[in-house]
Amino acid sequence: MSNSTETDSLPGQRFRERFPLLALVIERMLLSILLLFAVSVLIFGGVEALPGDFATTYLGQSATPQAVANIRSELGLDRPIVTRYFEWLGGAVQGDFGTSWASRNSVSEQVGKRLGNSLFLAGFAAVIAVPLAVGLGMLSVHFRNRMPDKIINVISLAAISLPEFFIGYLLILYFAVNFGVATFPATVYDGMDFLDRIKAIALPTATLVLVVLAHMMRMTRAAILSVMSSAYMETAELKGLSAWRAIARHAAPNALAPIINVVALNLAYLVVGVVVVEVVFVYPGMGQYMVDAVTVRDMPVVQACGLIFAAVYIFLNMLADILAIIANPRLRHPR
Amino acid sequence: MTDFTRYLAGRVTAGGMSRREFMGRAMAAGMTLAAASHLFATSASAQEPRKGGHFKLGLEGGAATDSIDPAKATSQVMFMAVRTWGDTLVETHPETRAPIPSLAESWSPSPDATVWTFKIRKGVQFHDGKEMTTDDVVATLKRHSDSKTESGAAGVLKSIKNIENKGGDLVVTLDSGNADLPAIFTDYHLVIQPNGGIDNPTAGIGTGAYKVTTFEPGVRMTFEKNPNDWRSDRGFVQTVEVINMNDATARIAALSSGQVHFINRVDPKTVSLLKRAPNVELLTTSGGGHYVFIMHCDKAPFDNNDLRLALKYAIDREELVTRILGGYGKVGNDFPINDTYALFPEGIEQRKYDPDKAAFHYKKSGHSGSILLRTSEVAFPGAVDASVLFQQSAKKAGITLEIKREPGDGYWSNVWNVQPFSASYWGSRATQDQFYSGAYLSTADWNDTKFKNEKFDKLLIAARGELDEAKRKDMYREMAMMVRDEGGTILPMFNDFVNAATKKVKGYVSDIGNDMSNGYVATRVWLDA
Repeated sequence: MSNSTETDSLPGQRFRERFPLLALVIERMLLSILLLFAVSVLIFGGVEALPGDFATTYLGQSATPQAVANIRSELGLDRPIVTRYFEWLGGAVQGDFGTSWASRNSVSEQVGKRLGNSLFLAGFAAVIAVPLAVGLGMLSVHFRNRMPDKIINVISLAAISLPEFFIGYLLILYFAVNFGVATFPATVYDGMDFLDRIKAIALPTATLVLVVLAHMMRMTRAAILSVMSSAYMETAELKGLSAWRAIARHAAPNALAPIINVVALNLAYLVVGVVVVEVVFVYPGMGQYMVDAVTVRDMPVVQACGLIFAAVYIFLNMLADILAIIANPRLRHPR
Repeated sequence: MTDFTRYLAGRVTAGGMSRREFMGRAMAAGMTLAAASHLFATSASAQEPRKGGHFKLGLEGGAATDSIDPAKATSQVMFMAVRTWGDTLVETHPETRAPIPSLAESWSPSPDATVWTFKIRKGVQFHDGKEMTTDDVVATLKRHSDSKTESGAAGVLKSIKNIENKGGDLVVTLDSGNADLPAIFTDYHLVIQPNGGIDNPTAGIGTGAYKVTTFEPGVRMTFEKNPNDWRSDRGFVQTVEVINMNDATARIAALSSGQVHFINRVDPKTVSLLKRAPNVELLTTSGGGHYVFIMHCDKAPFDNNDLRLALKYAIDREELVTRILGGYGKVGNDFPINDTYALFPEGIEQRKYDPDKAAFHYKKSGHSGSILLRTSEVAFPGAVDASVLFQQSAKKAGITLEIKREPGDGYWSNVWNVQPFSASYWGSRATQDQFYSGAYLSTADWNDTKFKNEKFDKLLIAARGELDEAKRKDMYREMAMMVRDEGGTILPMFNDFVNAATKKVKGYVSDIGNDMSNGYVATRVWLDA
């Protein structure tokens, strides 16, 4: 900011000088919106470029050229791509993703239901996994290189090394088939009461927790350890603070930024990346909805899912960045 | 009674065996027809269908894109669902596949089989309480056959010229004779809907044994018993629940933990493991579906019949049935019809793996170099393995196959019916005529072997209008021989339908018409206490 005196007259610059933190945050948000638009172009273009065509794929071996032609003309696939993109974008901004080509149902309504299911599962897994991971990370720093640290490390590494579907199958085998204590399949539906829902998602939640635990736990551990080696931690120790208090009060807040980032990444994964877990547990989430749509080239659904996934991802990353900015004193007070 | 026949009788009592199956096995064990027939009757009557209960199915083949409109029902789940809530005019006999009355009480053709008159059953109510009329039937058939239709049945109804209500009877006029019209009306898309479903195609209202209560595409579907069902010999359970389970392991886990009563599409690779589960019973039925390697007869090098014959002799069918189908299937004979079709031409010599003959024809064809076979896991389950086995057996005959694994996504648009040599599958059709018309007639859209033979086309049209069954059977024999010896289809195997149920499920009928007891599973079974 060496040239700040020359550009004093610009209102944006002045705003930036007076509220540096707010400016950074707003800048980050605008960037996210821009990114989302770029992604929407990519999604629309990419889906259009997919080989194969809805009418023939959907009708399969029972298609006749007549039926295929009827479907194509009804969907208006002969109009130019740019027109269709802007129509689609215009609707999407207002939350209207059009009508599914295959089932002729409103996409937004279906997506709403599926997204709700996905968020329910992801939220539940996050509520358990995040505190557990951070807590275990702090615990393993406290006992670093001793038995509890090693046990935590080995178990969480083992869990992350197994493919998620395999963990799922193991849980199903033991808890549903052999002991018969858990509910399987995890299908949830309208009108199911809350307690039944929780029971239904117990196994998929456990699977997801095991999958994301190690990543967050190890990042917490590494971040705190690197702070621990700094001079002020030595001071804290020398002035007689207990080890636990030193970790919780001095090390953890300063290690926050990398932890927030890895938590955000894992939350994004919990929403957008769990299609395999959904399939294994027969859970009606967004991932499975999108895969079904891709196989028959049901473009409005694919595009809607793609855009929502991108939005979730961008939003969580933005949130992580903003939190990291706020948590980082050096970014808060730029010299 | 020998131990074996006593065992068979026990299986009948347990509900695991159809009459046809029982008679076949009992007679093979040396019983007379009369004795076997009597034994079946006494064993079968030992159990009365039990009413009530909640029947749960875990099925593969449903998707979020499913529509409850029967015109657009294409997935396995929707096929079964349509059979559960709706009725067609005609049904097929589970053992012989002959057309039998359903919503149509009887029918009669004109002597040239171009005009058909169907008597429509009276006193049948739709789920909404309205009485079904001939006008509803006419409207339904029109919706599926007019030029703007998007129906999956449009192809089989193409030859219909006129549909009308003549004094309460349905009269259908065709543009050429077709002896199979009643069989065509067994197509599951053609369930009768109020006013043909024109007002609301996705209402799910029909005349079937169960009413649709909830429908979440790709997730779950529930039904409850239709109290005004016009038939008393079906619909024993009170409620039905279908859960979409596209993961094979999930289905098996759900069945073996007793969370569902019935699953479809058991993977042949895991059948032996499932058999060990104490509460599970396998339900297998032979069907007309088959796995194929298709060659385009009009493209080099496959335009040479000697090369085609060489490849037909170079495949080890027995090995494929054992290794790819786990034994749950029958060897094929290079024509797409087996004994699950009416008028099946018996006694055609079975083509066997013969490296010498393959080498002989290969030499005669004058071809040299490798032959490119395109395959993919979506062509049929185990298609890539089957292609490799084909490569190995062909190698012994001196034929080099080069295998190219194509991505599953887009296979049906970019490879099948486009590339000259690829792996594929076919489902069964209602009649021989339908199959040949769809895939072997010169002008057929899905003539995926580009088999063009004028004599074959003429025979096909002639057989279609022939009401004399003996003559018709001879014609089908001649056509089968043409496809077998000159066609571009290498047909190593017919796959069985492999389903499984818990032992609580009784009364399952092995219906050769199609998978899952021809879709009628929920309306035919009952649950033991």
